[in-house]
Amino acid sequence: MAAIRTRVLPRHQYQASRDKQRRDLDKALLITLFVLPGMVVFLMFLLIPIVQSMPMSLFKWNGFGPLKDFVGLDNYTSALSNKIFQAALGHSFTLMLLSLTVQLPLALALALLLARGNLPGRSLFRGLFFVPFVFSEIISAIIWLYVFKPDNGLLNLVLPVVIPGFKPVAWLGDRNLVLYAIFAVITWKYFGFHMILYMAGLQSIPKDLEEAARVDGANERNVLRYVTLPMLGNTIRLSVFLSVLGSFQQFVIIWIATEGGPVNSSEVLATYLYKFGIIRFNLGYGSAVAIILFAITLVFSLGYQRMILRRDYGPEVR
Amino acid sequence: MAARQLQSSFLTALKYIVLIALCLIVMGPVVTAILGSIRTNGEFLSAPFGLPQNGIQWANYIDILLNPTFWNFMKNSFTITVTVTALNVSLASLLAFVFTRIEFRGRGLLFNILSLGLLFPIVIAFLPIFIQVRQLGLLNNPFGVILPLVAGGLPGSVVILRGFFIQIPNELEDASYIDGCTTFDFFIHILLPLARPALTAVAVLQVIASWNEFFLPLLVLNDEKLWPLPLGMQQFQGQYSTDWSRIMAYVTLLIIPAVLFYLVAERYIVTGLTGGELKG
Repeated sequence: MAAIRTRVLPRHQYQASRDKQRRDLDKALLITLFVLPGMVVFLMFLLIPIVQSMPMSLFKWNGFGPLKDFVGLDNYTSALSNKIFQAALGHSFTLMLLSLTVQLPLALALALLLARGNLPGRSLFRGLFFVPFVFSEIISAIIWLYVFKPDNGLLNLVLPVVIPGFKPVAWLGDRNLVLYAIFAVITWKYFGFHMILYMAGLQSIPKDLEEAARVDGANERNVLRYVTLPMLGNTIRLSVFLSVLGSFQQFVIIWIATEGGPVNSSEVLATYLYKFGIIRFNLGYGSAVAIILFAITLVFSLGYQRMILRRDYGPEVR
Repeated sequence: MAARQLQSSFLTALKYIVLIALCLIVMGPVVTAILGSIRTNGEFLSAPFGLPQNGIQWANYIDILLNPTFWNFMKNSFTITVTVTALNVSLASLLAFVFTRIEFRGRGLLFNILSLGLLFPIVIAFLPIFIQVRQLGLLNNPFGVILPLVAGGLPGSVVILRGFFIQIPNELEDASYIDGCTTFDFFIHILLPLARPALTAVAVLQVIASWNEFFLPLLVLNDEKLWPLPLGMQQFQGQYSTDWSRIMAYVTLLIIPAVLFYLVAERYIVTGLTGGELKG
């Protein structure tokens, strides 16, 4: 018996370890095949370009020939002290603040109205409010170019009828108005998106909870304030995050409507990068600007995730 | 009681007034655009809401539809959209599968690297991407647009798919192994079919994003023959800058597929936007 056992056992172990080796090899192969293509595309076309532009940002480079005109941090200092860049940064921040204080509350109010009001026809309203989101930005921009046209544009024809004594305005030609006009287009296009986010969030709040609060004698305002809104917290935090990043993203609507004008008064980060980095082929300088913007958004995002979003997400991948 | 009912119906009326007013503001520009496209330019500009007085101006549409460049833009848009979507969905589902089902050292690091892509708007990376695409000799090549779009969309798609893959019970995986499936079999024959709604949602979002992309083609594609519709639209608007009814015909031709697509895909747009990113 003993003899048999000693003969069988090692062989069995040997087999098992070979099986395990094989399984490990299979697993490694599978991981490689599954992960490699996606990661290569991601690294090659998103992350490596950004990393590469760090050394480039230290050179004066017009895109041709080797990097040889080393200027140190000059590109950074000249960007940060550039009046137009500062203005562009300021405009992007203004758009962001307006989105957070006007667009999102509007979207939230509508979501509450449509998700909690039990109004007949609410899915029609929801659909109509969402329509602009499916239009491309270029279509949106061109439609609004007509709306804002100084002579015979929609607004300048309609407003005098609605508001007696209204004088036509050059919406996109007025340095003080242009940013707000642009913001109107952005709101028109994106508020439906945030509304849908909020409606989905509202759907996942159990109705019993609000009902229970009512039974306990809370009025509608208190139900909203102490039950519904806190339960909607994670959706609101996500929508704020997307809205902030989205504000820094704006390019097409502004480019088509004003190209950043008049006199840079609607210049934003992306139009600035395009005009002063790419069109003029100041690729070294443009790289520096890109890195600055990258740093700003990364600091914001990481801080926001760490402090605010963290509790909303499940366990991280380890 | 009567007072209360009166108050509540007054409130309902007020809600409808607000909703309808907003609808007018939201849809007004769209409706005038479409109405304008079937009238003469003069009619359109003098009265935005009027109906055609001189017959419907089909010519606005026919001129565009008979123009081969329009169809060429359409074809290019189609190629870019289909390729980006196919690549994105397949690469993202492979990655999401590994990130949810296979444990190995360095997995968390890889996922964190990928997640970096969610932390900044891709527009900021367009100048570096432009330099890279140029170095790789992909300027004026559709892949110079396609590959960066895939890269930019991957992190979001992986996060959405991961959220759905996690929900598929582990018991199912164990059972399939007992029945003799390999990991690959499980992925292809069990997980992917189960995750079809999530895959569709991801695909739908990619279709919208890549069909509408304007900035990247503007940077990468100089040759008009390679342009997708958004660039074609801009060129058309530049050419006919004063002929607004013609421009609106072009706009309407682009609105129609967008709205039809929305009607078909609405359900998936909503799941895609919310399902993967929210816990609740």
